[in-house]
Amino acid sequence: MSQRMKEVPAWNATAHVSSQVNEMPPSGIRKFFDLVSEMEGAISLGVGEPDFVTPWHIREACIYSLESGFTSYTSNKGMPELREMICQSMRSKTGLEYDPDEQALVTTGVSEAVDLAFRATLNQGDEVIVPEPCYVAYVPDVMLAGGRAVVVQTRPEDRFKLRPESVQKALTAKTRALLLSYPNNPTGAIMNREDLEELADLVVEHDLLVVSDEVYGDLTYSGCHCSFAQLEGMAERTLILGGFSKSHAMTGWRIGYALGDPQVVGAMTKVHQYTMLCAPIMAQVAAVEALQRGEEEMLKMKHEYNLRRRLFVAGLNRIGLNCFEPEGAFYAFPSIQATGLTSEEFAEALLKDQKVAAVPGSVFGSSGEGFLRCSYATSREELIEALDRIEIFLDGLSLP
Amino acid sequence: MNEILQILSENSKATPAEIAALLGQREEVVAREIKELEDSGVIRKYMTLIDWEKAGEGYVYAVIELKVALQRNTGYDAVAERIARFSEVQSVRLISGDHDLSVTVRGKSMREVAFFVAERIAILEGVQSTCTHFILKSYKEHGVNLTDRPKPKRLVITA
Ligand SMILES: Cc1ncc(COP(=O)(O)O)c(C=O)c1O
Repeated sequence: MSQRMKEVPAWNATAHVSSQVNEMPPSGIRKFFDLVSEMEGAISLGVGEPDFVTPWHIREACIYSLESGFTSYTSNKGMPELREMICQSMRSKTGLEYDPDEQALVTTGVSEAVDLAFRATLNQGDEVIVPEPCYVAYVPDVMLAGGRAVVVQTRPEDRFKLRPESVQKALTAKTRALLLSYPNNPTGAIMNREDLEELADLVVEHDLLVVSDEVYGDLTYSGCHCSFAQLEGMAERTLILGGFSKSHAMTGWRIGYALGDPQVVGAMTKVHQYTMLCAPIMAQVAAVEALQRGEEEMLKMKHEYNLRRRLFVAGLNRIGLNCFEPEGAFYAFPSIQATGLTSEEFAEALLKDQKVAAVPGSVFGSSGEGFLRCSYATSREELIEALDRIEIFLDGLSLP
Repeated sequence: MNEILQILSENSKATPAEIAALLGQREEVVAREIKELEDSGVIRKYMTLIDWEKAGEGYVYAVIELKVALQRNTGYDAVAERIARFSEVQSVRLISGDHDLSVTVRGKSMREVAFFVAERIAILEGVQSTCTHFILKSYKEHGVNLTDRPKPKRLVITA
């Protein structure tokens, strides 16, 4: 047995984590996750994914493809059949034309597409306007791409729609892109055609790329979803990021896509081919099935969310939590300002007192302070029980 | 599709108040519409789907396929309606294919069902032949899977 002669210096892990990553704040959700996980009998309104499992015909198509041996890499951009289906489905929904070879990229979820969009388009110090409250990934993704996220606030009095005045104030000579994320997580707000049109002049004037996360597009309850790309002359300036996670209950498959200008999508494909190579073939096969035959099941799930939405939002207003009508996604965003508590205090007390978990609005940016994100992607029975418990909790606060 | 019917078809216990909350309508309006649906016979009956196997009550079910000789003046309806009168009979359906009628029968034992078919159905005028299939196991009834499988769990909180 050989003896080590030299003293080995202690391993210093901290020195091996990049300072940029070190500076990134941890997700505000973590703490609640740990609290809820340890609790028996808690009802969670904190889940940002469907409570349905992927429709059987989609799972079945994937199982069959596995049995047949479809286990290889695919083209970097994604299977041609899938890209064609994505473009065809976009055409039938919006009339927009995309070339499956030049303008479509299949990604591992919208998550990867967001990351690629910023990495492929930003130079060091370029600014991206990010309306808040919003999904937690955008700001860190912009940072990792070397850009600077310039946060603008949306407000309940505007039904959490993005106003051109807010964009105007945030514009600088370095602004390169505008992020849009409607239907919105966490507010449930949508932007219809008229709302989007108000932004178009600014986008053209300042030569912005619009990065449009439309992962909840199919889950729009009043009217049809409208993409910024559908506005006159805006298709080439818009990068549509779409997916299957929410609409087809396919969160675990990790599959999504980007559609846009050939050069932008080409640049994203370049990064994608070195970092991801391709999206998993199993998920791609499943996505083809979802687009070919998944509409009916998707509409069924959407119908159920809509029933719950009415039940839950009316319920929140009835028990005294003022909630504007969310028109998309599967979130309600009631105000808890009347209680005088911060959203984090409220969420923590509600959890400890009544075992109902919801996510403090502040997790989604400072303009989310004073609100609570409640997901209604949970059973009707649980929603009714949660409303009862929240009512008891509010009574216990003995408000003035 | 009528949304009230859709909700009731999945849960006959849903009250007018609950349905009203789901549809964003007023309770009285929903209650009135349900009454109309009942009165006009669109809603035939409110039922409960029971897993009798699990309840420990061993019912025996059989599907009986019948060939019917059509007589002048009496179509299939006459024979079908006669068969439908027996309380042992759960359903009577006119079908396409090799047979004409498909009848579901419920009894306490195979013997009871077999005798019922032989003594009550097979002898009816117009019934040419019967073919009895005993049901050995039921996997799904009225759209509900009867095999218990563990429900997949989601993370309790996600962004
Ligand atoms: C607004 C938004 N974008 C993107 C995602 C991630 O989607 P995917 O599963 O396609 O990566 C989520 C998930 O919660 C989301 O809420």
